[in-house]
Amino acid sequence: MTLKINWFKYASPASFYPLAGKMIPWFAAASALLFAVGLYWSFFKTPEVLSEQKQYYKIIFIHVPVVWMGMWLYLVMVVWSAIGLIFNTRLSFMMSAAIAPTGALFTFLGLLTGAIWGKTSWGTWWDWDPRLTSFLILLFLYIGYMALQSAIDDTRRSDRASALLLIVGMALIPVIYWSVNCPDPAQCTALHQRSGLGKIEGNILFAMLTMTLAVWMYSFVSILMRLRNIILERERNKDWVAQLPEVAQ
Amino acid sequence: MSISEFFSMGGYGAYVWVSFGATLLLMTTEILLVRSRRRAVVKRLRRLLRAGRPS
Repeated sequence: MTLKINWFKYASPASFYPLAGKMIPWFAAASALLFAVGLYWSFFKTPEVLSEQKQYYKIIFIHVPVVWMGMWLYLVMVVWSAIGLIFNTRLSFMMSAAIAPTGALFTFLGLLTGAIWGKTSWGTWWDWDPRLTSFLILLFLYIGYMALQSAIDDTRRSDRASALLLIVGMALIPVIYWSVNCPDPAQCTALHQRSGLGKIEGNILFAMLTMTLAVWMYSFVSILMRLRNIILERERNKDWVAQLPEVAQ
Repeated sequence: MSISEFFSMGGYGAYVWVSFGATLLLMTTEILLVRSRRRAVVKRLRRLLRAGRPS
């Protein structure tokens, strides 16, 4: 006997809308729990100072997670848009649209916490270093995607046009990843350096990964909430929307 | 380590707490904005439904 799961069942907005509603509290609870553990570990279980980096190095416990999430969410948007273009599924495009503001928010926070780090560590808020510059362009890509979406009234066309923008913009992600301009840490301790997860102290790594998971779970909450709004707006003329308890009363 | 020592972060308190605080503030704002958007959407749908329903 084979177990058959109809994956396409949840590809319809009508069946994903209530499912998303049920998932939100679970993601919120997971996020709160992970934030509690992650913050505790960041401030109490990791070394107070890191060689010549003073206490300000604690900023990395929020900086690294938000930066990773800014890049990760972009990749997720690209995947949903590609699925939308290939299979012509409405929900995939809605997913992309729901992710964009959260991705832009984390990219902005990455630049902000990075500037604060830069001020303490490098003595400047901003530098046109390859990684900073390419990350700033990522923020512009998010903004461009959202602007393009709202500039075209026809939803089908705006979905396709903005999906194309996302896919072209994909070229930026490897640039950000490999834009490390200090191959030899002995010569420049300040700027971004090449690093491997294996070289990081255990407690620091644990705190960083826990905070990343917390931010990720938070993203699910805000994205699913926004997705439900988008579904309601786009499907407003459908019968199933009119029959929803929150609408029909 | 005393509480004031903890908050001063070796003199870098402002930098550290602004980083964490800004993240918390913007994440909370995002959720509040999405929630108010939902209220507006549901209200509009109810109005549409009333207008379209033959009474």
